[in-house]
Amino acid sequence: MKIFVCIKQVPDTETKIKISADQNGIDTAGVKWVMNPYDEYAVEEAVKTRDANPGSQVWVLSVGPKARVVDSLRTALAMGADEAILVNGENLDNNMTAKALAEVIKAEGGTKVIFSGKLAIDDNASSVSQMLAEYLNVPHTTVVSKFSLEGENVNVERDIEGGAKEVVQMMAPAVVAANKGLNMPRYASLPGIMKAKKKVIKDIEFSSLNIPASEMKVKFTNFTLPADKPAVKMLAGDSAAQVSELVKLLRDEAKVL
Amino acid sequence: MGKILVFAEHSQGKIKRSSIELLQAAAKSGNTVVATVFGADAKSVVESAGQNGADEVYVIADASLDSYNPESFAANMVSVINAVQPTILLASASSTGKDLFPRVAARLGAGVASDCTSLEISGDTVKAVKPMYSGKCFATANFENTALKIVLMRANQLPVGTVDAKSAKVVEHSVEKPDLKTLIKEIVKGTSSKLDLTEANVIVAGGRGLKEAANFKLLDDLADVLGATVGASRAVVDAGWVDHGMQVGQTGKTVAPSLYIAVGVSGAIQHLAGMSGSKVIVAINNDPNAPIFQKATYGIVGDALEILPKLTQEFKTALQH
Ligand SMILES: Cc1cc2nc3c(=O)[nH]c(=O)nc-3n(C[C@H](O)[C@H](O)[C@H](O)COP(=O)(O)OP(=O)(O)OC[C@H]3O[C@@H](n4cnc5c(N)ncnc54)[C@H](O)[C@@H]3O)c2cc1C
Ligand SMILES: Cc1cc2nc3c(=O)[nH]c(=O)nc-3n(C[C@H](O)[C@H](O)[C@H](O)COP(=O)(O)OP(=O)(O)OC[C@H]3O[C@@H](n4cnc5c(N)ncnc54)[C@H](O)[C@@H]3O)c2cc1C
Repeated sequence: MKIFVCIKQVPDTETKIKISADQNGIDTAGVKWVMNPYDEYAVEEAVKTRDANPGSQVWVLSVGPKARVVDSLRTALAMGADEAILVNGENLDNNMTAKALAEVIKAEGGTKVIFSGKLAIDDNASSVSQMLAEYLNVPHTTVVSKFSLEGENVNVERDIEGGAKEVVQMMAPAVVAANKGLNMPRYASLPGIMKAKKKVIKDIEFSSLNIPASEMKVKFTNFTLPADKPAVKMLAGDSAAQVSELVKLLRDEAKVL
Repeated sequence: MGKILVFAEHSQGKIKRSSIELLQAAAKSGNTVVATVFGADAKSVVESAGQNGADEVYVIADASLDSYNPESFAANMVSVINAVQPTILLASASSTGKDLFPRVAARLGAGVASDCTSLEISGDTVKAVKPMYSGKCFATANFENTALKIVLMRANQLPVGTVDAKSAKVVEHSVEKPDLKTLIKEIVKGTSSKLDLTEANVIVAGGRGLKEAANFKLLDDLADVLGATVGASRAVVDAGWVDHGMQVGQTGKTVAPSLYIAVGVSGAIQHLAGMSGSKVIVAINNDPNAPIFQKATYGIVGDALEILPKLTQEFKTALQH
């Protein structure tokens, strides 16, 4: 069985964001790129699932500019993935990304489970996993914090609002989008890193997938930084004075009570 | 002018505030507003949908839609969209909205912009702005190559006031029952009966400065007085003091309340990523140099354990008058 994992490379959270000169994106000079944090849970779960199912393999997939995305694929290989495929493409939207991932998975002969993250922390969209499932015509569950594969059943738990959980059973193949809590992702070990360096990463040009430009549905422009917040108003006096001042300000100045 | 379809979410027949925001925004645009409501109690939402500006309500009053299943909801949503033929679809970026609409968009070849925080509609065009890179910047979503534009809005971003109330026309739409490959076997209720963090208008959040799990009781007391939901930093979630569902931040929930009170939270970048969209931020911390003060509107330097009970008492008095 091939187990697929979709990973996206994103700017590290600590990175300072600068807007590009044309305001249609961010200035990527000096950005430190990492694997999307939720995708680490996806890779870990795929590796664990492979280890529990002898004879299976983990295939990690990423769509993005080859020059840098290759680093995140190496990280996934060092965490234990077996094979990696890179779809070299830039300036794609969520729809084109999902289509590309679906094409690659179909060409590789399909699977029982595809892992992804619940959300990419750059675009904050939570959309690629569900779109991918639609294009593969398989079920999906997002925000998953528990997973098991039993025969043709993919059993998961999904975190929903108000701290509630849904216990969900899907028929394989299925897309499982990971939330925090699913597992504790392992660090890449030194031998893992050495082995990963030697692995061949297969690359595919996005343009060879026959996905027309009309599949671009959403384009982001006019990037702006948030407006500066006025300086904090520090309250003075003993705790009783501060507390009564705060309640007054919230009511009369901020008008949120 | 075209039609705007609003996916109205409700809890046992009571429409959610986030859906009222969408109906009113749609009504102000001058387009024809069509709402759709799913579930056995769907009909009881019709009146409030009309009061908030809906001209028509497509009701699928079937118990198979009482709780969310991605496959049945997608099939029924597509069926309503095909019947209504809207140019714009508005839904909340709730756990249902975010899960459902990308799938619907892919099925229809439509565009979807998720997690937006501002919305302007003019005729058939829609300008939606959303935070990117954990709220460090904002960008405008432009739709292309799509007859249907789907916008998912975060809760508490649009004003709720009064719009011309209508008595909405009810259209009973027949249910689709696709062969399901997804079975929701059980819903395990959460411990909290409060509004979810992502919908809450007031949040009181605690961090390691609360010293121990038992002291979250002080936050609960404050929350009860304010009708607030309790949130937490990752440090206290990882320490096992509270549930992961309460975590605010990059690997927790993104929230956008009117008032966020952060108590004993240092304000690490990953925490700020989840809450910096709050309108008014109050920070209570015993370290005057804590980074949270740089994001706060009002700051109190002091011991949380001493301040919390006083604050609860002060709010109690203030809210009685
Ligand atoms: C530097 C940069 C520049 C961009 N420029 C443009 C632009 O000019 N125009 C434009 O429209 N969009 C642009 N984008 C947006 C981006 O290409 C797509 O919107 C994105 O691939 C869709 O993913 P998402 O963030 O919505 O992912 P989500 O749906 O939030 O991601 C969920 C999960 O899907 C999987 N996934 C998502 N993306 C990928 C991927 N690429 N490869 C493998 N798995 C993936 C991961 O498992 C991820 O955890 C840019 C993005 C970046 C980082
Ligand atoms: C990949 C990644 C993702 C992360 N995601 C998240 C996330 O989603 N959410 C999140 O919150 N964090 C997240 N973190 C963790 C984050 O970096 C911080 O470690 C965490 O937010 C700190 O929690 P804290 O503020 O409660 O604790 P601390 O940093 O320990 O701060 C405690 C604060 O309480 C104050 N204090 C102490 N005693 C008192 C007292 N008696 N009265 C008043 N104040 C007092 C202290 O001055 C201090 O400022 C993430 C980290 C990583 C690496």
